[in-house]
Amino acid sequence: MDKFKHLVSKVIPLDRSNVDTDAIIPKQFLKSIKRTGFGPNLFDEWRYLDHGEPGMDNSKRSINPDFVLNKPQFKDSKILLVRENFGCGSSREHAPWALLDFGIKVIIAESFADIFYNNCFKNGILPITLQKVEIEELFSETETKTLEIEVNLEKQFVKSSKSYSFEIDEFKKSSLLNGLDEIGLTLENKSVIANFEKSYFSNYPWLKQE
Amino acid sequence: MAKTLYEKIFDKHVVLAQEDTYLIYIDRHLIHEVTSPQAFEGLKIHDRPLWRKESIVAVPDHNVPTSDRDKGIQDPISKIQVETLDQNCKEHNLLQFDMSDVRQGIVHVIGPEQGLTLPGMTIVCGDSHTSTHGAFGALAMGIGTSEVEHVMATQCLIQKKLKTMKIDVQGKTHPLVSAKDIALFVIGQIGTAGGTGYAIEFCGDAIQQLSMEGRMTLCNMAIEAGARSGMVAVDDTTINYLKNKPFAPTNEMWDLAEKEWRTLHSDSDAVFDKVVEIDATMIEPQVSWGTSPEMVKGISESIPKKSNLTSDKHLDFQRALAYMGLNENTPINEIFVDKVFIGSCTNSRIEDLREAARHLKGKKINPSIKLAMAVPGSGIVKKQAESEGLDKIFMESGFQWRDPGCSMCLAMNADRLESGERCASTSNRNFEGRQGQGGRTHLVSPAMAAAAAVHGHFVDIRNEEISG
Repeated sequence: MDKFKHLVSKVIPLDRSNVDTDAIIPKQFLKSIKRTGFGPNLFDEWRYLDHGEPGMDNSKRSINPDFVLNKPQFKDSKILLVRENFGCGSSREHAPWALLDFGIKVIIAESFADIFYNNCFKNGILPITLQKVEIEELFSETETKTLEIEVNLEKQFVKSSKSYSFEIDEFKKSSLLNGLDEIGLTLENKSVIANFEKSYFSNYPWLKQE
Repeated sequence: MAKTLYEKIFDKHVVLAQEDTYLIYIDRHLIHEVTSPQAFEGLKIHDRPLWRKESIVAVPDHNVPTSDRDKGIQDPISKIQVETLDQNCKEHNLLQFDMSDVRQGIVHVIGPEQGLTLPGMTIVCGDSHTSTHGAFGALAMGIGTSEVEHVMATQCLIQKKLKTMKIDVQGKTHPLVSAKDIALFVIGQIGTAGGTGYAIEFCGDAIQQLSMEGRMTLCNMAIEAGARSGMVAVDDTTINYLKNKPFAPTNEMWDLAEKEWRTLHSDSDAVFDKVVEIDATMIEPQVSWGTSPEMVKGISESIPKKSNLTSDKHLDFQRALAYMGLNENTPINEIFVDKVFIGSCTNSRIEDLREAARHLKGKKINPSIKLAMAVPGSGIVKKQAESEGLDKIFMESGFQWRDPGCSMCLAMNADRLESGERCASTSNRNFEGRQGQGGRTHLVSPAMAAAAAVHGHFVDIRNEEISG
């Protein structure tokens, strides 16, 4: 997994609450057995005017010019600004894969759905939770200009014309800062897990039955 | 110290604790074709073996066709995904109920049905509706594909403790008010993010009276309230359901297990982080009207008026109504539908089909209905329903009787809505495009869906004449 430390980028303001994972990446694209290539179909139903299917040449499809992701000024943006409960719905990791493939590295929201929030960290995406009034302030800043902001994970702040600090779990922070392989980390405790199993199955032997 | 059910199960599974981060042991790992291929690939890349392959049970469900199954999967991309699951199961020698197996079905239906879901277990699956299995007094939650790989390689998950929420549904519901109505009503009350960060335990008279099928419907929808886990304490209903299930323990192992399972309830003086009290008598049959499960009303009510909502909700409200092609203040029973879908991991079990059939027996679906389909949750459910003659009731009324799978809940296979079509659906999500791009979903119980098929619009089933 890629490390994440620090970033300066333009912000894409997507003024919606309850953006679900079906909207982030519609189900027809989940048929892929790969982790990559989902970027062109990120927010497919909002981004294009026609119906998207896997295998289509997306460069030939008709674009919805009103959808914020299609505005030319946000072409290389790495930060997405949204409202509450972002990523609700299914557990599909294809949602963060699509965001990452598009180039999004940071999502700033009032709140996130649990599974999606967790999935972000596994893919080097930093989800940042700010207070409702802070989100409101950021959205109003985007109304008058293309907002560029700085995100610093180490020091836990987001800076536009104002600086906002954010909370993050220490373990998740260090995984992201160091780009840790969590499976490798857990496997360092192989013998602890094996010992746990021994006593566990002697307490609950019917679970050993297969 | 007094513990909640969640805490009891969590604590028994702690392998390692570092401050507030825990490594917890996973008993059961359910996998399906959509969220597992990348995990298997990851293992291969890192040359990591499966830690405990006996914990894994696989089934294809999202992509499988629900008709003409003997012709195989027509969509070549879906076909590759299902075949990839077959190959991975073969390569690792995993228990799989493949498309030709009568036990095949929706992953959250077959686990309990086979006795692979047991009380006190930690159960994970790369699917958010894994919360379903919490109905058995298990700690069950949906995970992403990276975590699927993590569990495959280590049999563990890295976890923080969730906060605990008790949803206490007191009193008795109307006999025609189902678990689905309770679930939708609760989501309408606490919102789709109301349970975020919590493990929910459903308690109270109305919950104790529910069958296991009803409890599964309720816990299934916990994720629609934002909670990764929903659970119900073990009681006689749980124990009786599990007896003689194919993979459930037997003889002296059963006795040992039952003794342990009987302890799986919150202590009477356990403290929850949050308690929500619901009066069961207030719950009427529910119908969702918008594009989020929290946009829901009782059958005797109307879509809200914009002026009655706080201003921060106006934008979402207008967007939802525009997408749904509805107006504010429209009475729910004046909403007409084009299609009816009875199925999904929420409502495709035998009891759901019986309930729907009661409302269809001796009746025909309305000529205005373009398609009505009943999709059993598993091959076993289908067989049981056919032995009770339910298939005939469905077909004589004008319903199609299909093969098991996720089907039009998420429309990954050929079953889907066309743009603008409106559907009475027993599934769990009414998101934009969920059942097909431009499709409009109304979430209801099986009985409400059946009655809507007969009348062409939503009706109050409490006023209907029904058989049996």
